[in-house]
Amino acid sequence: MTEFQCSRFSGAGVDCARGGRLVFAALDFAVEPGCALVLVGPNGSGKSSLLRLMAGLIRPTAGALAWGDEEILKDRESHAGRTHYVGHQEAAKPAMTARETLGFWAAMRGAPGTGVERALEVIGLGHRMDYPGRYLSSGQKRRLALARLLAAPAPLWLLDEPSVGLDRDGVAMLERELAAHCERGGVVVLATHTEIALGSNAVELELGDFTPSREAVLARMAGEVV
Amino acid sequence: MSAFWALVGRDLRLALRQGADAVMVLMFFVIVVTLFPLGVGPEPGVLERISSGIVWVAALLAAMLSLDRLFQADYDDGSLDLIVMTPAPLELVVLAKCLAHWLTTGLPILIVSPLLGVLMNMRPDAFWVLLAGMALGTPVLSLVGAVGAALVLGSRRAGVLVALLVLPLTIPILIFGVGAVEAAVGGYGARPHLLLLGAVLLFALPLCPWATAAALRQSTT
Repeated sequence: MTEFQCSRFSGAGVDCARGGRLVFAALDFAVEPGCALVLVGPNGSGKSSLLRLMAGLIRPTAGALAWGDEEILKDRESHAGRTHYVGHQEAAKPAMTARETLGFWAAMRGAPGTGVERALEVIGLGHRMDYPGRYLSSGQKRRLALARLLAAPAPLWLLDEPSVGLDRDGVAMLERELAAHCERGGVVVLATHTEIALGSNAVELELGDFTPSREAVLARMAGEVV
Repeated sequence: MSAFWALVGRDLRLALRQGADAVMVLMFFVIVVTLFPLGVGPEPGVLERISSGIVWVAALLAAMLSLDRLFQADYDDGSLDLIVMTPAPLELVVLAKCLAHWLTTGLPILIVSPLLGVLMNMRPDAFWVLLAGMALGTPVLSLVGAVGAALVLGSRRAGVLVALLVLPLTIPILIFGVGAVEAAVGGYGARPHLLLLGAVLLFALPLCPWATAAALRQSTT
């Protein structure tokens, strides 16, 4: 059953600079609907930066990312509407309960509140719905962040090391939900250092291969066009 | 629109549960005003003469105290990334932040200001004009303050920096707000001053959310 009207998510010739330093250069990628892209590479190779580029939170210094034929920065709101981004930070307020936090993020995406409790049950926080954020453990906060994926459906999931802090059951639950999302025709891009089983639809992208050469960096510093 | 009210509701809820921020602003406002009778002496004539200026200046300074928290907490815990990625227009989302900020700081300042007017021996017939001026002026503080708060995100000493950025921009509000009260006390009409304050508000209402949204997009890089 295909739930999402998904398009091919791709990027061509993407350069990314952070703080004036080129992180990766001339990066190409493409993910078909129902598939997953796994970003691997050493620390500092730009996995998080690429995910933020994909989310539209930062701009590439060269190249473009596209959903189907549509460049993502052309219409930020529709790209935001189709994208779930789970970063390193959990975005959970100490003074708000799990139910309130998730209800808020679902409402921000215009989703009805009915999915919230179900999402918390599935994610394994059913017994902690009314706990304030300050009493949730780091693993539980991570689950709460992942619950956003289920509370408001969106075809594109961008996950930055989603398994950090999760116990073994948590990782199994994550794998289950990722597989279900791909089966619905959704697109997953995730960065990870640990093993997350994703089945045969997953393609790996080694970011270490796109580290700019010494010459490219020097040329950039000299102000030349690389 | 659901995103707008969801954000207003969340910020109000957080402000109620972490009441210290809002109470601190109000206490600062009250204490600054009460320092003046102690500093310049208790002659009623002198206090009456300077009352509107003192109340307005204290209100501006108090509002500055709350501005650095406007986006900083969301920036620190990653919420701002998700707020910027809301499918609703970011300008509307910023407007919701400003409304919540006004309800938790501007509105309490507005309600307390006539009481401080009494303390400063302000003429009772000027209270309504003071209230009207505050009602038009304090939302502008939230709107202009949001631009400053978004620009200083991530910098050290953001609280001081935002005051340095925003206070000069509040001079028109101070001039017309005080002018309205003075006019009412002096027997002239306060209407032109209030109309000018209203004009400033109408000017800030579309312009500030637009500038704030641009600054927030910049801050996520």
